[in-house]
Amino acid sequence: MSYTIEAILIMGLVTLLCRATPFIFFMKQRPPAILDFVQRYIPPMIMTILVLNSFKTLRFDRAPFGLPEIFSALAVAALQLWRRNALISIVGGTGLYMLLIRLL
Amino acid sequence: MRSNPEQTRVGVLGPAFTASIPVLLGYSTIGIAFGLLVVKAGLPWFLSPVMSIVIYAGAAQFMAIGLLAAGTDIVQMAILTLVINARHMVYGLSLLDRFAVCRRWKGYLIYALTDETYGLLTTVSPPEGARAESFYAAVSALDESYWVAGSLVGAVVGGLVPAEYTKGLDFALTALFVVLLVEQVRSIRRVEPYAVATAATVLAFVLFGPTNLLVVAILLSIAGILAFRRRLA
Repeated sequence: MSYTIEAILIMGLVTLLCRATPFIFFMKQRPPAILDFVQRYIPPMIMTILVLNSFKTLRFDRAPFGLPEIFSALAVAALQLWRRNALISIVGGTGLYMLLIRLL
Repeated sequence: MRSNPEQTRVGVLGPAFTASIPVLLGYSTIGIAFGLLVVKAGLPWFLSPVMSIVIYAGAAQFMAIGLLAAGTDIVQMAILTLVINARHMVYGLSLLDRFAVCRRWKGYLIYALTDETYGLLTTVSPPEGARAESFYAAVSALDESYWVAGSLVGAVVGGLVPAEYTKGLDFALTALFVVLLVEQVRSIRRVEPYAVATAATVLAFVLFGPTNLLVVAILLSIAGILAFRRRLA
């Protein structure tokens, strides 16, 4: 048991250090101009990567060819552009996905 | 107009809860799946919520189940955790200014910075007149409570919930990222970051496959966006 507790504590510590690194590093000084430039474009780049990352295990070579995921994601984007209500977009898209994986 | 902190906290809970509902759908179902797997791997049930509180990083926790059950060397587990969670170093960079005004909750906000919470904090604005820090803390704490509750329920009674009813609910997290991406497109109307990130992800997938896709894609996209520094300035 002490091995398990130790391992979990170490993993928690490493995770916390990852999250805290930029705040520790730039506690006293401003980040250099180049990082200041990069950080402005990190949110749009990360969101793009996180969306694509959700699809990394899709199999396009066999039924249903990733169609439930792609249709539902497009539906989410369309709903969001149309109504601009995150809740409607997400609940609607997730509902459509749950329906499609049971039908296709 | 200034309100006292108690009023402010009440004022942010509603908007924070609304913002966090997609995470509620995703975290509770994925948390239940996590709890189920912990018990199935032969680990004691209480380790599920303990890991969700101490580690609080989904991908690393799923990886840890197999490693713990196999008795993997602790140094190796630390290195694997570092590789999986290195992306969080980048998240903090774009939150330095937002968190600069935070005092009481700053440590908690940093500890609780998951992919989904990061997405909400960088995209959703705090309600008018409320303290930003209180809103950030409320969103973060709600998200964490869904994850911990899900992993507890999954470990204790997960076997009783028929999986076919909840199958597909985890798509809510993909949907959340799509919504956050649409909102980013609304506020940052330049094609470069999206094109660079897409190219970086495809390249990372071709070069290294699905494992560690996130960290490789993020590093490549940062290198890529620097090439457009002049154009975007």
